[in-house]
Amino acid sequence: MRAIWKYLSDVLKGIWTLIQGMRVTGHYFFRPWLIVTQQYPENRRKLVMFERFRGEVTMPHNENNEHKCTGCGICEISCPNGSIEIITATVLLPDGKKKRIIDKHIYHLGMCSLCNLCVKNCPSDAIVMAQTFEHAVWDRTQLTKVLNRPGSKIMEGIKE
Amino acid sequence: MGEAEQDRIETQEYLVNMGPQHPSTHGVLRLLLKLEGEIVHHVDPHIGYIHSGIEKMCESLTYPQIPYLTDRMDYLSAHMNEEAVCLCIENALGVEVPDRVKYIRTIFSELQRLASHQLWWCVMGMDLGALTTFFYGLRDREKILDIFEETCGARLTLHYSIPGGLMFDIHPNFRNRVHEFLNYFREKLPEYDQLLTGNVIFQERTRGIGIFPREAVINYGVTGPSGRASGFSCDVRKHHPYSAYPFVSFQEALDDRCDTLARYKVRIREMWESMSIIEQLIDNIPEGDYQVKLKGVVKLPEGEYFQRVESARGDFGVFIISDGKKSPYRLKFRSPGFSNLSALHAMSKGWKIADLVAIMSSLDLVIPDIDR
Ligand code: SF4
Ligand code: SF4
Repeated sequence: MRAIWKYLSDVLKGIWTLIQGMRVTGHYFFRPWLIVTQQYPENRRKLVMFERFRGEVTMPHNENNEHKCTGCGICEISCPNGSIEIITATVLLPDGKKKRIIDKHIYHLGMCSLCNLCVKNCPSDAIVMAQTFEHAVWDRTQLTKVLNRPGSKIMEGIKE
Repeated sequence: MGEAEQDRIETQEYLVNMGPQHPSTHGVLRLLLKLEGEIVHHVDPHIGYIHSGIEKMCESLTYPQIPYLTDRMDYLSAHMNEEAVCLCIENALGVEVPDRVKYIRTIFSELQRLASHQLWWCVMGMDLGALTTFFYGLRDREKILDIFEETCGARLTLHYSIPGGLMFDIHPNFRNRVHEFLNYFREKLPEYDQLLTGNVIFQERTRGIGIFPREAVINYGVTGPSGRASGFSCDVRKHHPYSAYPFVSFQEALDDRCDTLARYKVRIREMWESMSIIEQLIDNIPEGDYQVKLKGVVKLPEGEYFQRVESARGDFGVFIISDGKKSPYRLKFRSPGFSNLSALHAMSKGWKIADLVAIMSSLDLVIPDIDR
């Protein structure tokens, strides 16, 4: 008799715990507005990332096609993955002095781990993180980018 | 079947591979099982499928470059790993970081612990056949990841702690968001109990399963919630407080029932404790700098340095041998997952295969942490 009673109460208790769980799922089943689902990629246009989101390294240029990079190479040294290559050129200034300028700031997005060390260590704040996040391309050579735009030059007043 | 026929059937031990691509090994872990029927006689973990040589790589990186790599070991306690390395470097240099940094680091650690335990809870349910839990846990984890993303720009591999302080100051919105999250999660955590803890199937599959006494826990070096569930008081936050832990009061979640359910309950209790720690700190973040400037080239004085922190899985240690150059001579990580995995054989011997899945789930293994 005891055993039967225990068996029955176990079954009832088991069912009761299942109902407890179903109360939670039922609660959301009848309140679909509480469920959070993002319809990606349909919501692409409205999808805004946080302003600090680290998507890729970029070099902002102003309207005169000028950037702030001096070609010092600190970002290249601080990168743990070797994702940045700095190629500099030497120009002759009107007063006869030689000056080192940036020729190509090459950035390999495919090798970048988005650690932010280059951006943090750049002494002239020439590079920033962009909020892009869709990086798929057809060919991996497209992941190698030259950050300074063709024909661009350094802004006035940036000192090394 | 006649009796004579039954006698002729011989039973024998056989070897079965579980993994490396088994859904319940949570990554590329291969277990070689010796079975008799459904009874597990021996578990032989084969690791190294995603060995990435992080310790060796650290020998060729400069000190400020090391923390970002540790994110990729135990990615669910990324911040704690970074913090350990940063604390170790700071101690070696004799740098004292401002209180603000300590507070923010601790809040981040606790948020990370919450996020990690939430994911563990999802997966534990899923391993035992309750897919529903997965969606509920991830729903809440998303809120924490948003907090991370707003302040440090990344969701998983944060790289927020750097030697000398933090990468950025906290976002102006940070406090509000954390408060919002705490209010939200305090309502949602009881749902976890309702959904899974009380569930009869879950209870039957975890209560009394995989009992691992206190002596064994100490012998195998099992730490973290898995160790505390056997009554082994091993919380680094309590015994060797670092960062802002000396300023907060909290209970170490201990249990002496030693079984899978105890390991589950300890983690649920830790979530409550984490919330209370965050609550004590969030309104009292002192003003100040968020980093101290270190020299351009960081060189540790010659010597050996060790620092341990409590990661979401247990006692995480960093051991640096420096020869005075700008990168370490040798760097060793003591990862909690490795020691916890070593106890799996002793824990699951004599139980059924299905219990092995539950036991493994209750150890909360992260494979990159083991392989590193
Ligand atoms: S981006 Fe900054 S750190 Fe890199 S070369 Fe230019 S100025 Fe130097
Ligand atoms: S974000 Fe990190 S990995 Fe990427 S280029 Fe900068 S330093 Fe290198």
